[in-house]
Amino acid sequence: MTAENKRKDMNIPSQQDSQQLVSQPASQPVCSDVIIIGGGPAGLAAAIELKRLGVADILILERENEPGGILRQCIHDGFGLVRFNESLSGPEYAARFIDQLKELKIESRTNTSVLEITPDKKVIAASRQGLTTYQARAIVLAMGCRERTREAIRIPGSRLAGVYTAGVAQSYLNLKNIMIGRSVVILGSGDIGLIMARRLTLEGAQVKAVFEIQPHANGLPRNIEQCLNDFNIPLFLSHTVTNIKGRNRLEGVTVSQVDENLMPIPGTEKDYACDTLIISVGLIPENELSEMAGVILDPRTHGPLVDENYQTTVSGIFAAGNVLQVHDLVDFVSLEAERLAASVAGYLETDTLLSADFTPAEFIPIEADQSIAFTVPQHVSGQADFILSLRVRHPFRNCQIVLLQDDQIISSVKLRKAIPAEMIQIPVKSDDLVSREKITVVLEYE
Amino acid sequence: MNRTFICIVCPVGCEIEARIEESSEGPVILEIAGANCIRGRTYVENELKNPMRIVTSSVRVTGGNMPITSVRLTAPVPRNRMMDVIEELRKVRMTAPVSIGQIVIQNILGLGSDVIVTKPVNKSDD
Repeated sequence: MTAENKRKDMNIPSQQDSQQLVSQPASQPVCSDVIIIGGGPAGLAAAIELKRLGVADILILERENEPGGILRQCIHDGFGLVRFNESLSGPEYAARFIDQLKELKIESRTNTSVLEITPDKKVIAASRQGLTTYQARAIVLAMGCRERTREAIRIPGSRLAGVYTAGVAQSYLNLKNIMIGRSVVILGSGDIGLIMARRLTLEGAQVKAVFEIQPHANGLPRNIEQCLNDFNIPLFLSHTVTNIKGRNRLEGVTVSQVDENLMPIPGTEKDYACDTLIISVGLIPENELSEMAGVILDPRTHGPLVDENYQTTVSGIFAAGNVLQVHDLVDFVSLEAERLAASVAGYLETDTLLSADFTPAEFIPIEADQSIAFTVPQHVSGQADFILSLRVRHPFRNCQIVLLQDDQIISSVKLRKAIPAEMIQIPVKSDDLVSREKITVVLEYE
Repeated sequence: MNRTFICIVCPVGCEIEARIEESSEGPVILEIAGANCIRGRTYVENELKNPMRIVTSSVRVTGGNMPITSVRLTAPVPRNRMMDVIEELRKVRMTAPVSIGQIVIQNILGLGSDVIVTKPVNKSDD
């Protein structure tokens, strides 16, 4: 069946469902085989790989005025070491993909903000041309993630100037050439906060310290080395900001030590004078649109539940990159999106991926023990090889991650160290599965 | 003396244990373990002798659709010269358009490394 006939077959409804939040314009929807929501690293890699696999009719919708996503403001280097075997800055890494996008003549619409996705794969987007309704056969969710804010962690004090999330600080410096302060305290040891500690120091600010509420660092060890240790910036674990002082502009913060339940210990308060507080306390996958389409999220990852094809709980809606799970490296985002593309191309052949008689109840669940924060995928059909991504909850040394089914070991990997900051990926072959029973992932250590 | 290094060469971030002895010619590595690849040893040797780092920053662009472009070094420079590199970059003013790979400063401060543009900036529309 040709793509054109399939579209006719899909019987696109012309009547607006009254339940929808956004009213649909009267004109006919714009049809595409695949609509990719977001032109960041995941969306770009998915689009290029889809085109390479012979899918012709692809459309990327991007809310910013150019593609590239967060890479545009990540001017530090270290991108591409896995994917291209060279150390590039973020904009250079993005340009590799944007150049290919142009070469392959893949259509992308920028300044186009998606407002709604429906379970039957309609996409409603706003742009200067007004509201447009698109109809896709498959949707790729590639919206990425956003930062947790001061409000999300409930730091008391006035709402004064000088408090920024790390990514906002990064966009001021790296996109707008605006310096944000002279004396800086950083809360949270996430990678962007560490990168900003170095950037602000080189730009002449005094970065006094980084405070992390957990007893372990959240950022990659190499970033602690080259962004903090190189500049003698101290990192205090099990500490958090408990008060913000000042009236119009930040004048200082109070920091307290926390106990094993992460509660501030009275009497440990210490004041630090500063005009800027940078908050780098984690990233949350951005899934409001996914939920509108009926996609079920995993409370552990805040991303969609997916199978080994990166297909969500809604048939024909797929997810990869930071919207699915927050990654450490953009290289892994690109690789994940390229694997997703192979699944989407397969889906488009017959408008389904799993064999015709497969029911969702037949999925093999993947369960993890208490030492493991989550796994992606969360369930598999057992019909394809896959890569199991996971993170440990706490640091471990000389440990082993074992996949069990019916008490039999189906795969295992030994690790000298496992830390929450580093995602662990284990390739699993469908042939290695021994039954249709659940897969259990356990962490064994000495 | 035993010392632990976190290799910064690639994202793997190997934790390298090294046994080091002071000699008349400076520190010597007696034993080294934990590096996944050959670059780990070179990294430790440099860290003991003269730590090398890449500098990334931004420089001003006039007449462009953005006020700045981003730049990086093509080869690492001694860590204690990073601030000198930054000071040089502060003086730079480029004119749009600029493109990726364009040389901003050749052989900066005689350190054997070039500064290149890492983000294209087009001429502003108005």
